[in-house]
Amino acid sequence: MTQPLEIRKKQYKKLVDEIKPRPPLVRNTLGAFIFGGLIALIGQFLLNFFQGQGLSVNDAGAATSTTLVFLASLLTGLGIYDEIAKYGGAGTIVPITGFANSMVSPAMEYRAEGLVLGVGARLFTIAGPVLVFGIFSAWLVALLYYFFR
Amino acid sequence: MIFLKAFIVGGLFCVVAQLLIDLTTHKVTPAHILVGYVVGGVVLSAFGLYQPLIDWAGAGATVPITGFGHLLAQGAIQGVEQKGILGAFSGGVAAVATGITAAVIFGYLAAIFFKPKG
Repeated sequence: MTQPLEIRKKQYKKLVDEIKPRPPLVRNTLGAFIFGGLIALIGQFLLNFFQGQGLSVNDAGAATSTTLVFLASLLTGLGIYDEIAKYGGAGTIVPITGFANSMVSPAMEYRAEGLVLGVGARLFTIAGPVLVFGIFSAWLVALLYYFFR
Repeated sequence: MIFLKAFIVGGLFCVVAQLLIDLTTHKVTPAHILVGYVVGGVVLSAFGLYQPLIDWAGAGATVPITGFGHLLAQGAIQGVEQKGILGAFSGGVAAVATGITAAVIFGYLAAIFFKPKG
């Protein structure tokens, strides 16, 4: 007698979980720490540099983000960022450079679908959800602040 | 000293994300990490916890995408301070305008100029 589909699905999932290779935890964690740390370190150098040029803290921060986004876009275009990501894992996702990478990669990939629906739309494959949830939650916080401050 | 602190805090943010990817049974994609971190930054910022971290770790807290969420939240709150309820609609995006514009411009240009490998 065959078991109900739900149970078979559960058994299958259990089997898959047992068989699939465990991620190399130590190596991944170390990679994420080192590359995430290095990108933040580069950011700190840029921040100090721009403040040294006489920019305010906020402006220096914006200039730093702009520079990092530029570098990440360039490195993604050259195919170098994805090479780094093999070692850096989440260390190359979490920094603002990962955000830039998440925009360039799909846009470049779907270039053949045209400038509007290829590049224009695919730039926001991941950036779109990030902006939706980010803007929505910030708006909600501001709304609560308005009523309960 | 600020450089060491930036390295450590920036690295730790990424370690947490890596563990979320490796240790949870759910399929955690980079998109989920980025969305979760931005919202996480907004929430931490709303409770006043993120600015002290920036004061301590500098770029270690501003470079991770949580810093983007912090800017959004503080921008929206300051918008309310200045313009009331309308500011909740304008302040957040205004605060991150530089980053978004840079990402759109450089992202678009990179996607046009370069061909994907393989």
